[in-house]
Parts: sequence; structure tokens; C-alpha cells
Amino acid sequence: MSAQLKPAQRTARVATPSGIEVPVVATRDMAHDPGAPGVYPFTRGIFADGYRGRPWTIRQYSGFGSAEESNRRYRFLLEQGQTGLSVALDLPTQCGYDPDHPMARSEVGKVGVSLFSLAEMETLFAGIDLGAISTSFTINGTAAIIYAMYLAAADKQGVPRAKLTGTIQNDILKEYVARGTWIFPVPPSMRLIADSVLYANEVTPRFNAISIAGAHVRDAGCTAVEEMAYTLANGLAYVDELTRRGGDVAKFARRLSFFFYVHMDLFEEACKFRAGRRLWAKLLRERYGVTDDKALQFRFGVVCGGSSLVAAQPYNNIVRVAIENLAAVLGGAQSIFTCAYDEAFQIPTEFSAEIALRTQQIVQHESGVAATVDPLGGSYYVEWLTDRMEEGMRGVMDGIDAYGGVVKAIEDGWLQRRIAVRAKEKKDDTDRGERVVVGQNRFRREAQADSYGEVFRLDPAIAGRVLEKHAQAKRSRDAARAARALDALEAAAASDRENLMPVLIECCHAYATVGEMVERLKRLWGEFQEPVRL
Amino acid sequence: MSAAGAGPLAGKRILVAKPGLDGHDAGAKVIALALRDAGAEVIYTGLRKSPEFIVRVALDEDVAAVGLSILSGSHQELSHEVLAGLRAAGAGDIPVFVGGTIPPQDRARLLDAGVRGVFTNDTPLAHMIDELARALG
Repeated sequence: MSAQLKPAQRTARVATPSGIEVPVVATRDMAHDPGAPGVYPFTRGIFADGYRGRPWTIRQYSGFGSAEESNRRYRFLLEQGQTGLSVALDLPTQCGYDPDHPMARSEVGKVGVSLFSLAEMETLFAGIDLGAISTSFTINGTAAIIYAMYLAAADKQGVPRAKLTGTIQNDILKEYVARGTWIFPVPPSMRLIADSVLYANEVTPRFNAISIAGAHVRDAGCTAVEEMAYTLANGLAYVDELTRRGGDVAKFARRLSFFFYVHMDLFEEACKFRAGRRLWAKLLRERYGVTDDKALQFRFGVVCGGSSLVAAQPYNNIVRVAIENLAAVLGGAQSIFTCAYDEAFQIPTEFSAEIALRTQQIVQHESGVAATVDPLGGSYYVEWLTDRMEEGMRGVMDGIDAYGGVVKAIEDGWLQRRIAVRAKEKKDDTDRGERVVVGQNRFRREAQADSYGEVFRLDPAIAGRVLEKHAQAKRSRDAARAARALDALEAAAASDRENLMPVLIECCHAYATVGEMVERLKRLWGEFQEPVRL
Repeated sequence: MSAAGAGPLAGKRILVAKPGLDGHDAGAKVIALALRDAGAEVIYTGLRKSPEFIVRVALDEDVAAVGLSILSGSHQELSHEVLAGLRAAGAGDIPVFVGGTIPPQDRARLLDAGVRGVFTNDTPLAHMIDELARALG
């Protein structure tokens, strides 16, 4: 065991995970003044008073099995001081299949809750006032439908729609690249996004109808610089689509939000957020002439954990998540989700989920890190690294533009292939030990008996119960109203100009199922054909 | 990348498949690239394939091995369905490997059911290639 560096290692080239060579010591001449927080281009944050005015939202992702069980977990989390809900949906709901579809077999209620119709959403939020909480849905392919369902659920509770706060992910472009819950081809998918975002602007002005996500491409293997660059490129594609459909960028840009992973390199991650925030503001100003500060402000949520978690000696992940949590706060995140230490190999238990929540509370209330705005601001190294990352991001975005834009890069499978190659490189680096993973490829105890703690087991009877409720919900609804609503949806979708949200909301009120709505739209639009290129 | 025909898996045709609805394909693609580097001819299905479809492709393409990538927690059911499908088609001798987010305590159950090997993201690629090369002779 030798903890001391050998002379050769001390002088060797050291680079961040994105490949930016790190100086041995950063000096005054390397950095420039980042300006003030709350002022364009917002390097130091979008608020002049940072977290003093408003702390970040602690938003833990959970939801599994049936609506009843998830409802119990949500109430538990709210009682424990959580300030927002984050709903995980099962894959059939995400991919637009009802629980009785052959493709849904063995996936019902697995990675999230099944929400096949408004009936289930009413159960999910029973006893929870939708006017008093903010809810985030990780939903993309069927995002417009789930958003419609949320509005219908609020109507049922008597909560005015304008009072609703929350987020739907609603970012289909990265689904084609890395997460895979696409349904329709790109053009109609972009329409669904534009319809929901423009509708939300008018009807639920405090609700984020899109959260443009880099998290999944990052976990699929790309670097921090690429994560931000691909995400901003997708963001610009949405701005173009929204503008083309009559949206006013100065208005809708106020409600665009972003979502990222944070991995283990503390400074690179903090600088990724500082650089991305600044670059987004500059891009909106340069390309669209936006000058309104509110519209230029880059708001984002962060997940700590994901693929940086390690199955070997899993309790070490608690420390990893704490460091990542710190990076997210130093980067100025608006909401943070901390993964549980056992997420490297299973759905978290209540025990591990509580530690993840407490980690954030310790950072927020004990560490003092949120007491002053952007405490890293003005550090020679941090300002220098922020500049290097912004340059790197611009370079990656220029490459996408040169290819013909992000939509073409995705439809051709070009972007997917780049990410796969990057993932392979990262795996090779890890296998060779160049990328150190403590407990796995370095400092691994021989004959290590990993302790995995409590085991999460989903109740195997859940799928059966969901199927029963699905049949029951279809039997007890007003069949004529559901049929009329679905016909109206198909008619509205056939015209490219009509906003689909009102008909989707009526479908939800009529207890039409997610699968029924998707089926009607598939008839018209077909399905995305995945480019399988290696 | 090694030329076709060289490497420990030279001449082997291997199917890498994504059963079910799980959309996380980074692992499957990394495996496919590694198998190809090792000389194998790789057929990758793309996302969202039913066990029936995977069995059919395995037979039609006369593959030497099948790799299933599952990160959604449905590894038991989906692996069992593929194994049963291969057996029913008289191709129970095609070895099936499973990779993904597999809780440690599920490993033995998969092996008992007839899965030949289980790999997770901390398995070194060289180790996986060795194991395949041994299994495929």
C-alpha cells in the first residue's frame, strides 16, 4: 500500500474526464472576472442572492408497483420533509402500451408506477393536494398524455390549473439517442412537444412543460462537455420548432428547463453547469436576439449518482453521492435528486432512499455551502476551467451543425454511434485501470465479500392487480364518451395545425387509456424506425 | 478494431439482443463493439424486441451464442422466455448470456435456469470475451 505519488506520476499529464489538461497550479493571468450573479451571462448563477432567496428543491425520484403503494411512499417522503414529488413511471406507460399489451408482459409496475388512465392517477395523488406540491414526471414518449392526465387530475381535485407547479421531462430527442422510450417518428414527436409547451405557457404558467435532459446521454457514456453540448443542441432544436409553430421565444424560453447528471470530478462538474448556463444565455441572445433576463436564465435539475455508482462495496456510494451533491450545489442547481447507494444494482429500499434524502439535507443545512452565492466564483482554476469547457461545448455543437443539425444526426444514427464509441472508450479506460473506481478496479480487497444490505423485492402480485384495475376501469367508464374523445383526438392529429392538448385532456377525463390514445396516433403517424448502426 | 477473422471469437456469430421495453442500450452496444473487436460477427437487434423475435433471429441467423441486455429488472422473466423458446425450437444448446443491472442475489437463479453466464457493468470486457471463447470452444 503506497499512498504517496511517485515522482513520475506527480509530473505526468493530468486531465479532467472530458480530456481538458489540468494545470499544476492556476494563476491570476489564466482567469477572467466572471461578473456578478443574477446578471447576463449568469456565470455565477441566475439569482443575485443565490440560495439565500430560495434553496434548491430536494426532489427524490420514486414510484413503483401500483398507484396505491407509490401513494404511500409519496406521503412518507412528504412527511419526511421532501419538498417536491418526482414520479417514476413503468415502461409500458412510458412506451405507450396498456398493461394487457403483449409487449408490456413482465414490465408492469417494474421501474415505476403504472398510470394507464386517469383512474390510476387519482389513486396516486389521493390525499395529496396538487395545488400545494410540485410534481415532476420522468416521461417523454407519452409526456403530452401524462401532462393532460395531470391537468385532468387537478380538475377533479378542484385545483385551478394555473396553480400547478412541476415538470414533465418531455424531451424526445435524447430518447432517440440514449434512453429509448420513443414511439413516433421525429416530426410528429416534435409537434407533441411544441403543442404541450405552448399550451402550458398559457394554461399552467408555473409548470415546466419540458426539461431538456443531458443526463441520459451522459450515463450512456459521453463526457461532461458532450453532455452539455448535445443538450444545448437539442434545446435549440426545440426553440426552432416552437418558433416555427408560432411561439414567442422571449416568452416560452422562460419556462424551458434542463436536467443533467453529475459525476465524480467535482470541479469539472461544477464548471460544466457554470459554462452551460453562460453558453445558453449567449446562444439565445446571439441566435434569437432574446434580451429579456428571465428568458435567458438557464434553470436546471440534477441527479447525483446513476452510472457513477458502483456495485462493489456499495456503501461507498453514499460518499460518492455526497461529493456529487456538493458539485451540483456549487454549480447552482435549482433542484437535486440524490440516488440511493444501492441503485447500482436494484430499486432502492426505504432505508437507502432515506439516506439519500438525508445526504441532501446535511449538505443544505449543515455544510454551509449554500450560505454565499457561487462560493467558487473568482477561483483562478474554476474560472479558467469554465472557459475551457464553454469552448469545448461550442466545438461539439459546431460539429453537429456541420453534420446537418441534431435532428439529422439522430435520424441517421450518427450521434448514437458517437456515444456508443465513447462508452466503449470509457469502459476500456476503466478495465485498464486508467479511470480509477475505488473498490472495483483499485483498492479492491481480494475475496471481498460485498455487503449489499437489505434487498428490494417487488410484490409479484402487483402486475395482476394492475391488470384487474385496468379491466375494471375500462368496464366502469362511459364508453361512448371515451370513444368520442378518441375519435376527436384522431381527427385533431390529422391536421398539423391544431393544438392537441385540449383533445388529450378530454380523452383523460373520459378515462381513455394511454395505450388507446397512442394506438390512434400510431395509426396516423407510424412508429420511429431505429437506426441500428454499430 | 481487429480485422474480421482474427481474435479469440473469430468466426463466431453472436446475437446481442434487447428484450422487453428497457431502452438503455449503451451496455449492449459496448458489448457488441467488444465482441466485434474480438473477431466475432455481431448481430444487434436494436431496442424493444420480444423473446419470440429474439429466438427467431437466433435460429434464422444460426448464431453460436445469444447475449441479452436487461436493465429494467425483468431479467428473470425475459431470460426464461428466451431460454424456453430456444428449447422449444430444439436449439437449447445455444448458450445464452445475460448482462445488465442484475442484483447479486439473482445471479444464481439465472444460472440455475440455464443462463450460461451473467455479466454486469463491472465485468472487465476481457474477462467476458474469455468466458465466451471458452463456452464456444
